[in-house]
Amino acid sequence: MSEPVHADGHHDADSGMDEGRRDFLFMATGAMAAVGTAAAVWPFLSNLRPAADTLALASTEVNVASVGEGQSITVVWRGKPTFIRHRTSKEITEAQSVNLSDLPDPQADSERVKASDAKWLVIVGVCTHLGCIPLGQKTGDAKGDYDGWFCPCHGSHYDTSGRIRKGPAPANLAVPPYEFVSENIIKIG
Amino acid sequence: MSSPEFSNPIVRWIEYRLPVFSMLHHEMHEYPTPRNLNYMWNFGSLAGFMLVVMIVSGIVLSMNYTAHVDYAFASVERIMRDVDYGWLVRYIHMNGASFFFIVVYIHIFRGLYYGSYKAPRELLWILGVVILLLMMATAFMGYVLPWGQMSFWGATVITNLFSAIPLIGENIVTWLWGGFTVDNPTLNRFFSLHFLLPFVIAGVVILHIAALHQHGSNNPLGIDIKNKGDTLPFHPYYTVKDLFGVGLLLTIFMAVVSYAPNYMGHPDNYVEANPLVTPAHIVPEWYFLPFYAILRAVPDKLGGVIAMFAAIAVLFVLPWLDRSPIRSAKFRPVYFVLFWVLLADCILLGFCGANPAEGIWVVLSRIGTVYYFAHFIILLPLLSLYERPIDLPLSISNPSPSGSNA
Ligand code: HEM
Ligand code: FES
Repeated sequence: MSEPVHADGHHDADSGMDEGRRDFLFMATGAMAAVGTAAAVWPFLSNLRPAADTLALASTEVNVASVGEGQSITVVWRGKPTFIRHRTSKEITEAQSVNLSDLPDPQADSERVKASDAKWLVIVGVCTHLGCIPLGQKTGDAKGDYDGWFCPCHGSHYDTSGRIRKGPAPANLAVPPYEFVSENIIKIG
Repeated sequence: MSSPEFSNPIVRWIEYRLPVFSMLHHEMHEYPTPRNLNYMWNFGSLAGFMLVVMIVSGIVLSMNYTAHVDYAFASVERIMRDVDYGWLVRYIHMNGASFFFIVVYIHIFRGLYYGSYKAPRELLWILGVVILLLMMATAFMGYVLPWGQMSFWGATVITNLFSAIPLIGENIVTWLWGGFTVDNPTLNRFFSLHFLLPFVIAGVVILHIAALHQHGSNNPLGIDIKNKGDTLPFHPYYTVKDLFGVGLLLTIFMAVVSYAPNYMGHPDNYVEANPLVTPAHIVPEWYFLPFYAILRAVPDKLGGVIAMFAAIAVLFVLPWLDRSPIRSAKFRPVYFVLFWVLLADCILLGFCGANPAEGIWVVLSRIGTVYYFAHFIILLPLLSLYERPIDLPLSISNPSPSGSNA
């Protein structure tokens, strides 16, 4: 069979090339539209992230001189309660003598405190389950089965190193980035 | 049927340019409605009515509400004490949310009982589930606005669910909050979305009704309309019946608003939000309790979150899980039993969600959760294969058995 001939003398064989061009233009337009849409959507999604002023509040300095042995204070860092506990030697021993393989989220106490100041435990007081504030800061609070903290929301128990021991929370209470800027001043964040 | 002729010249002028009157006429007089609808079919129009109540009361509330962490609680108290009838508008909105859910849950269980999700109404059903999800999001964000203790801690716990997502979970939560905790940016965006979503719901309701009017209402017998004798015009028969339903709903609703406006609420939400103290016992609003129970029934954080969302997701695929061609539970002796067991199971889960996750409640919520999923994923597909249905009637207007099952 001979190829059909158009009125203007073009053969359909040429339209094979035309179709290739059309496909290319179609793909290129589609790709540009996708890139353009993504570029337009991004600022709107990014807009919802913490703003510069919110980020600017990201560090806090605390004077811990008045926190006696066995006492705890709660300070606010990035809007989150942050627990600073002056641990007793009994609490330190408890924290250090745990068999790591018994922990749901194994971490040695030494990785959670400054080696020079094992008595100071600084942790974010936000339960790693769903974000409630565990009890245990005030005298008379329930401290859970491990002398640390107890989250009343769904029953998570934390030990004297702030590590999860029992309950639905998957991870230890977070240790925020902090340093001693002088003997008694802790800078968190 | 041909277009009606209108005699009023203004109506004719408008009709020629914008065919609203023939549309209305079509919906009211020509749209055939099964003659045997029972009171369970009132709950669709009641849900629409509640949506209007929520939008009207919400717009009026937002004229006096301030979305800022320092003022939100006080602005709601001002609405309650100083603004003329502010207490009434707020109590209508607050209890309206509960009544909206009561009505919609009855509407959904009606659909389950009479098999309204089956062909050709699958999309109608799916749009309904979309509306339920949007309602949940709206109610959740609305509950944050008065900025009480339950508002704050409910928001914290629910947004933290997303932290269960592996790797990017924490980033998603920070992004949702617009900060490092639930704070002012969170309150502001929740107010914005709480204002927007009801109008999105109204849009989906329009699609829901368009899908409904394509094949018309299902009915208590679950069989198709066979002839004109099976139907009634929507107006006046069902307009009047729907209005009667609205009257009844309003009576009960206003009795609660007037005499027990805080019955379904939590006293803790009259304590201003304190980001440093979690209340001893946090519970969501009653309409979330069964889902909350499913969340807590699973001992793994991610698993709990997945189970909770799956509890709703399973409704999307229900039309393909239940393959029985018989719609109404009236003619499905085994499904009839399973339906009531499922309803009891959901109520049991509700009680589990309201109680602390300890002791017997943990056991019950696990049994309840397993049964909930088993109903949809195991029992319904098996039933489609093995159940022997009862003979269907010949038609809606002729109840004698047809001797066939399809
Ligand atoms: C699907 C419809 C809606 C639902 C389910 C819903 C639900 C809720 C809920 C549960 C609350 C908390 C009530 C309380 O405990 O105080 C609330 C508060 C509020 N809603 Fe809505 N709402 C809806 C529509 C709207 C609309 C359309 C607007 C505005 C245009 C609105 C504006 C407000 C305002 C300003 C508040 C804070 C005042 C208050 O807490 O009473 N809502 N909403
Ligand atoms: S939030 Fe602490 S146990 Fe759930």
